[in-house]
Amino acid sequence: MRFYEFESKQILAKAGIPLPKSHFCKTPDQAAAAAFEVGGPVVIKSQVLSGGRMKAGGVKFADSPGEAAEHARAILALPISNLMPVGVLVEEKRAIAQEYYAAVTWDGRAKKAVIIFSDMGGIDIEEVAEKHPEHISRTHFSASRPFSDYIAKNAVAGVGVTGNDLNALTRIVAGLARVFLERDMTLAEINPIGKLEDGSIIALDAHMDMESEAARQHLDLLKELGVGPEEKRQARPPTQFEIDAERVDSADTRGVAGNLTEFDGNLGLIIGAGGGSLTLFDAVRAAGGKPANYCEIGGNPSVSKAANLTKLICAQPGVEKIAVMMNVVSNTRVDIVARGVVKGCIEAGFDPAEKIAIFRIPGSWEDEGFAILKKYGVPYVDRSVSMDEAARMAVENTKKKA
Amino acid sequence: MAMFIRVDIDPALQQDPALAKRVAEVCPVDIFKVVDARLETVEANLDECTLCDLCTIAAPGKISVVKLYR
Repeated sequence: MRFYEFESKQILAKAGIPLPKSHFCKTPDQAAAAAFEVGGPVVIKSQVLSGGRMKAGGVKFADSPGEAAEHARAILALPISNLMPVGVLVEEKRAIAQEYYAAVTWDGRAKKAVIIFSDMGGIDIEEVAEKHPEHISRTHFSASRPFSDYIAKNAVAGVGVTGNDLNALTRIVAGLARVFLERDMTLAEINPIGKLEDGSIIALDAHMDMESEAARQHLDLLKELGVGPEEKRQARPPTQFEIDAERVDSADTRGVAGNLTEFDGNLGLIIGAGGGSLTLFDAVRAAGGKPANYCEIGGNPSVSKAANLTKLICAQPGVEKIAVMMNVVSNTRVDIVARGVVKGCIEAGFDPAEKIAIFRIPGSWEDEGFAILKKYGVPYVDRSVSMDEAARMAVENTKKKA
Repeated sequence: MAMFIRVDIDPALQQDPALAKRVAEVCPVDIFKVVDARLETVEANLDECTLCDLCTIAAPGKISVVKLYR
């Protein structure tokens, strides 16, 4: 669940992180009033869930309330990445002496939270990592232990910051890390952190992304921010395909068969099992395949639920075949999924033997599942075939018979 | 139309409304319903059968679950 900049800054303010004066405005008149209240040069920033605002013309500077209103009018009418802004942020413009970058996120490989800090803020951090790796520190920490400011201090000192700046930045980074931990964020980022000409240090722009599954734990915060319970705040509005998959999933409480994301490939994926879906999606791509979707299936969905998801994926334009793959499963029955996907193919008007490129779900009740697949001529493999190999077979099968 | 599972009910079971009710109650996926004191299957739910055997345990010898794919 992504937050707009103005919401992210409210979250930071609650954590005691210093910020420039700013006002969220929905109309040019409000922007003019906000600029008057700020009392000096201001920056008007589009509030849209997309990056690249500056390049797209979504950030402008104004020296007077009239100019602020004019810019706000233009920005409010400007779509960025096909998204319309929900408003503008009118913020005091400050003279910056130095910019820093700080983010807290998860490092999947290290299986730990990580603070990424740089003394080259304000620009694309990936570019800094590539061209100036010595200007980035990565400091891992445990999310299961109380956070210590000492960890934040190490992160900041890791790029050579000392003295008063080190102390001020440590407070900001420690606050950011605590927001990350306490509010179940997947990303808490401030870019840039600005050192002003008077020596003070403030957060100039922020990006927060909360784990969607944790949103219900933070209804107090969401209510305070005015975020409705129905708001998903994904990177883009859901497609009809994704909405339909959500309906399939929510229509039946048994198991999961949804959380689908649409792509433009030709291989439909019915995948899952404790991170297996991500692994399998990557494996398909690594084998040269083009996924038509990402999805998650598991937790023992009913036959009808698996069938309805299968029908939905089979019906997508461009989907030539589907691959049904999971890691070894203990909490999902192989035979139930086998029944579902076979039934879904048939009800969608396809021969499962032709439509299913590979079925690779080893685990509970696999003998029953394999008997079903054998009867319907569906190609299947057991746990002796790795997920990578199964993905490669799915891609090859799709190419061969497409 | 069920593709994977067929359930056969022994006609003798229909003489025992209490047993019919019990069989309908034990099924976790609502394969059975009682209509006018007679046990019937719900066609739309047959393929949801989890092969748990609760029905066959409830009515020994009077319910048969047939795997159509075997």
